[in-house]
Amino acid sequence: MKRSTFWLWVASLATYAFLYIPLAVVVLFSFNDSVLNAQWVGFTTRWYAKLMGDGEMLRAAGNSVLIALLSSTIATVLGAMAGLAMHRYHFRFLPLLVLTPVAMPEILLGVSLLLFFRQVLDLTLGFLSILVAHITFSIGFVAVIVRARLAGMDESIFEAARDLGATPWATFSRITLPLILPALVAGFLMSFTLSIDDFVITFFVAGVGVSTLPLQIYSMIKVAVTPEVNAVSTLLMALTLTLIFLASRFAPDVLKGKA
Amino acid sequence: MALLELKNITRRFGDLEAVKDVTLSIDAGEFFTLLGPSGCGKTTILRMIAGFDAPDEGDILLDGRSLAGVPPEKRPLHTVFQSYALFPHMTVAGNVAFPLEMAGRSREEIRRRVDETLALVHLTDKASQFPHELSGGQKQRVALARGLVNKPHLLLLDEPLGALDAKLRVEMQVELIALQREVGITFVFVTHSQQEALALSHRIGVMRNGCIEQCDEPDKLYTNPANRFVADFIGRINLLEVEVAASGKVLLKLNAEGLGEIAATDPRPIRVGERGAFALRPELIRVFGHKESADLRNRFEGRVKELLYLGDVTLYKVELANGFIIEALMPNAASGRAKFHEVGDPVAVCWRQDAGVYLRN
Ligand SMILES: Nc1ncnc2c1ncn2[C@@H]1O[C@H](COP(=O)(O)OP(=O)(O)OP(=O)(O)O)[C@@H](O)[C@H]1O
Ligand SMILES: [Mg+2]
Repeated sequence: MKRSTFWLWVASLATYAFLYIPLAVVVLFSFNDSVLNAQWVGFTTRWYAKLMGDGEMLRAAGNSVLIALLSSTIATVLGAMAGLAMHRYHFRFLPLLVLTPVAMPEILLGVSLLLFFRQVLDLTLGFLSILVAHITFSIGFVAVIVRARLAGMDESIFEAARDLGATPWATFSRITLPLILPALVAGFLMSFTLSIDDFVITFFVAGVGVSTLPLQIYSMIKVAVTPEVNAVSTLLMALTLTLIFLASRFAPDVLKGKA
Repeated sequence: MALLELKNITRRFGDLEAVKDVTLSIDAGEFFTLLGPSGCGKTTILRMIAGFDAPDEGDILLDGRSLAGVPPEKRPLHTVFQSYALFPHMTVAGNVAFPLEMAGRSREEIRRRVDETLALVHLTDKASQFPHELSGGQKQRVALARGLVNKPHLLLLDEPLGALDAKLRVEMQVELIALQREVGITFVFVTHSQQEALALSHRIGVMRNGCIEQCDEPDKLYTNPANRFVADFIGRINLLEVEVAASGKVLLKLNAEGLGEIAATDPRPIRVGERGAFALRPELIRVFGHKESADLRNRFEGRVKELLYLGDVTLYKVELANGFIIEALMPNAASGRAKFHEVGDPVAVCWRQDAGVYLRN
């Protein structure tokens, strides 16, 4: 009994160390007063200052934020509709259709979206293709969160609203919407997070003209892992963690794995 | 004129006929109860009246107008759900105000009506609380207030007392009767408790397997059940297999195998030789020492097999000559002793000739 809990502790500590030490190193070296990522020299914020002067980097960051905002807004609306539909109608294939992008390997999604945009739509790759791709993979997440929220609710309250004189629209705006609002906020934040640090799919559908933050970082480390990369990674990490934290506040049940 | 009429309503779910050719007519101001075992189709009928479901055949009329195709929000009736179905994000007052807001009442009127209705169900002090902060009985009353506040023509109540404990249940039953009398709204009430149905209703429709078996006033159902199912479902009853030996204008002679002749009354013309059941309530049977009252008519000897002392009454299970075990209920008040007889005592049971009912097969 004691023995097994001891090894459980060791195993989980080792796992967390494995997960978080590399992240800690990145954060640490983003404040290191040296061009080399080898040895701690002294504290500085000059890499952050340099980042702010890097036009290309700022443009990529701007793209990332704009795409994240737009894609998560649209994905929240569409995902909420999908979640409501999955809850209301018992079409066997609907959940499959909506949730497949969530489970599909990113590289597959990336390749198929690329083929779709180029071969089928004959679209010039760029801002729009990235936006559509991000919406595609976010919808499923929002749908799952919204459906989980609805599943925990007494079905008869929606009938009660109709019974008490509310039109379908009034039922939605007065009952359904307020009740799924936390799920919508959580879904939005989740989509935002997914969008802002997506690399694989964006890589396939970005084309040449437009870059996002992850793509920019990748193109920089092809040369060397500079302290500037550490700095931008640290900022991205801070943003992601904040969003995940907020999302967990709005829909605790979803992030505890009940979905 | 009838307020609500169901005309030959049938509803099928796949192969299952959940409601079979039900015809009912409910008057304004009536407290009507649908009573029946679980799964007999009570909720299905309410859902069709409320408009969440539609009959496959037949028509539902309210005030003489067909409800076919009328969406739930356009029907001048409200439902009190078994699960309460309170809106969790609204306060008690918010819940009760909802139907008034949907009906577009003025803010002033909403405030006044909500206050009045909350006072009616004794919940004035809970107005600003949320449903999850209330007890089961309080939620129940909020659901009731919400259904009543907009003064619907008709209130449908689906086992609204089902979730309450015995004591609260009785309290709520008393409140329900008073409330219904006070507001004068027609109630269609669903329950599977026969005691509750008898206590509350003006009229009861007893259901089985989607059919209405009998529809009558509580005392008539109790004393004059139409068939074995109704007899057995409502209260305790003895059912003896009999054959008609003789049938007169009023008098009926029944032959119970191994027991002898039973005298009963029945004004219907009944064919001699017909087989059926003789139904007799336990409280109409007297139990004597076997030497007493030897000259009575319906008198049969037996032996006390079991007895249950229930405080105010004692239930005797008496085994008769043909092996039938008849239940008799005797009040304990008369004797000053706890029981008249002991297990194993030879006794005689007897009843008046108009005590029981003959049920045709
Ligand atoms: N939507 C549905 N789909 C299929 N079958 C249904 C549906 N609704 C009800 N049924 C069936 O119809 C029958 C009657 O159901 P109903 O809910 O009306 O019973 P009830 O009398 O209200 O029972 P209870 O006292 O348990 O609430 C049941 O056998 C039930 O399984
Ligand atoms: Mg039911």
